[in-house]
Amino acid sequence: MEILFAVLIAALTAAGIYLCCLRQVFPVVLGLSLLSYATNLFVFVAGRLTVGAPPVWAEGVTRFADPLPQALVLTAIVISFGMTALLVVLAIRARFESGAERSDVPAVTDRVEVER
Amino acid sequence: MNAHLPILPVLIPVLSAAVMVALSRQDLVLARVLSFIAAAAQLVVASLLFAAVGEGEVLVYRLGDWPAPYGIALVADRLSAAMVLLTAALGAVLLLHAVCAWDRRGRHFHPLFQFQLMGIYGAFLTGDFFNLFVFFEVMLIASYGLMVHGGGAARLTNALQYMVVNLIASSLFLFAVALIYNAAGTLNFADLAQRVPTIPSSDRGILMAGGALLCVVFLLKAAVVPLQFWLPGAYGHAPGVAAALFALLSKVGAYALLRFALVGLGGASLAALEPLAWLTLLAGALGVLAAPTLGVLAGFASIASIGVLFVGLAGADAARLGAGLYYLVHSTLAGAALFVLADLVRSVRREEGDAVLGGQDFAGRALLGGGFFLAAIAAVGLPPLSGFIGKLALLRSIPVEGGAGAASWVFVLVASFLLLLGLSRAGSRVFWKTQGDGGQASHGPAAGGVAALALLLAGTLVWALVAGPALAYFTQAAQALLEPGAYVQAVMGAGVYR
Repeated sequence: MEILFAVLIAALTAAGIYLCCLRQVFPVVLGLSLLSYATNLFVFVAGRLTVGAPPVWAEGVTRFADPLPQALVLTAIVISFGMTALLVVLAIRARFESGAERSDVPAVTDRVEVER
Repeated sequence: MNAHLPILPVLIPVLSAAVMVALSRQDLVLARVLSFIAAAAQLVVASLLFAAVGEGEVLVYRLGDWPAPYGIALVADRLSAAMVLLTAALGAVLLLHAVCAWDRRGRHFHPLFQFQLMGIYGAFLTGDFFNLFVFFEVMLIASYGLMVHGGGAARLTNALQYMVVNLIASSLFLFAVALIYNAAGTLNFADLAQRVPTIPSSDRGILMAGGALLCVVFLLKAAVVPLQFWLPGAYGHAPGVAAALFALLSKVGAYALLRFALVGLGGASLAALEPLAWLTLLAGALGVLAAPTLGVLAGFASIASIGVLFVGLAGADAARLGAGLYYLVHSTLAGAALFVLADLVRSVRREEGDAVLGGQDFAGRALLGGGFFLAAIAAVGLPPLSGFIGKLALLRSIPVEGGAGAASWVFVLVASFLLLLGLSRAGSRVFWKTQGDGGQASHGPAAGGVAALALLLAGTLVWALVAGPALAYFTQAAQALLEPGAYVQAVMGAGVYR
């Protein structure tokens, strides 16, 4: 099971980083989502993997699943979901305002644009 | 009353933002009134908090009265109370600028501003890593909203980049939190400080990997070389009032790093960061020389100030850390002043905006030129403003003998000289190379912005006048960080069962 989790997290992270490096907005959004899945899985197993153990300590129980990482990962999922939604909205606005679909900033030119 | 003091800086902005969203969606005047009431309340609460920890007390607020390692604890000590007071003061001053220039250019400015303040207060007051993460995210979500306030293509593309960079950093933050939890079994700073010495050597590698990842995250927030690339574009294109508040945002990264390394990891030295601090100084100073607009120039100036700050934080003695923290407050005020000034110049020059170019004469040139002169003095660190005292105290605390100390002296002084050149060049171009007499045709700078600028500059003067007590205060605060016994005692204190 440890091997399965490790391979899964590694694959998700690698795919996420690769997509983030493409510098196009849509792949970057996907890449960040994959990266956040990898993160969530990683946080989830931070309390060590256990199978079939009760989540809360009780009298007489010596082996129990750590409940804290599950609480943490719930918060992390909510935050990453909200962030992804915001990023998509922002990307759409940027697409309409600038016509570009890139996530990097164009090189500075001599012409200086005035913003108000 | 005193028992609930540490939570109030977080509660006031979040409640007022909620009320604003509910009551004043259409009514800007009501939103402004509520915003000023909230700012005044935050100032009062922050002052009370500051007064309550003046003797070195550590106030701990346990949410739901759960004991420390299990529940969520907010902790106010000398350092965090001072930071909270700085945030409240900066927020209140910038509100003056906001109501004259920015809040009607888009919707929901005031609630976003309050959420931004809430995230910053929370990050300063939190006692554990996971809530540090949560407050960082609150801070960042609000900053994304403020950064695109008013719209515009350049602003949006730069905000997109800022957001992607910070989302990747957030992922790293969570990886680091998970690693530290895995190795230590706790996320509470004080609990971690107690447990680190007892962690078996087989788990030390995991703890160190988590610590290193967390360092990367904090250095990115603080914009230390080589993680500074996002800052000038993002801050330079953000609305001036938001950029001025963001001058504080990068200091949150430095604060978190200090708290984490010195309290959480039980006195891990930051000396290894000294070469990075030199490079940051140099990158900031060279950027100021080459900046195309005043907004980008202010961004590079804040990178340079982060360099000075980290030269201070790299030390392991209270005098040097204290001088660095004194400089942190100064550089927040000076950086905010530069951003407000760039924004005012942008608002009065029709053709050139805040580009570092000569152009048509404009109304309020003498006023803004004088403001730029003072802000530049503050940013470079010349007397009589507080930058001079901060750098002097910092350099005096660094022994010149030995390679690193001497190199720090050289880098701080050379970078200050480059900053002086860059700011002189920018100022003489924008304010002296003017043609015609277009002064009457254009409108002058808005009164609120000028008032905010004057208050920020007056703040650096006052900060110089109270330098003696302030340095003593921050030296004590640094001492408490280096010997976190009282902090750990207060958080873990009575009523802990394990």
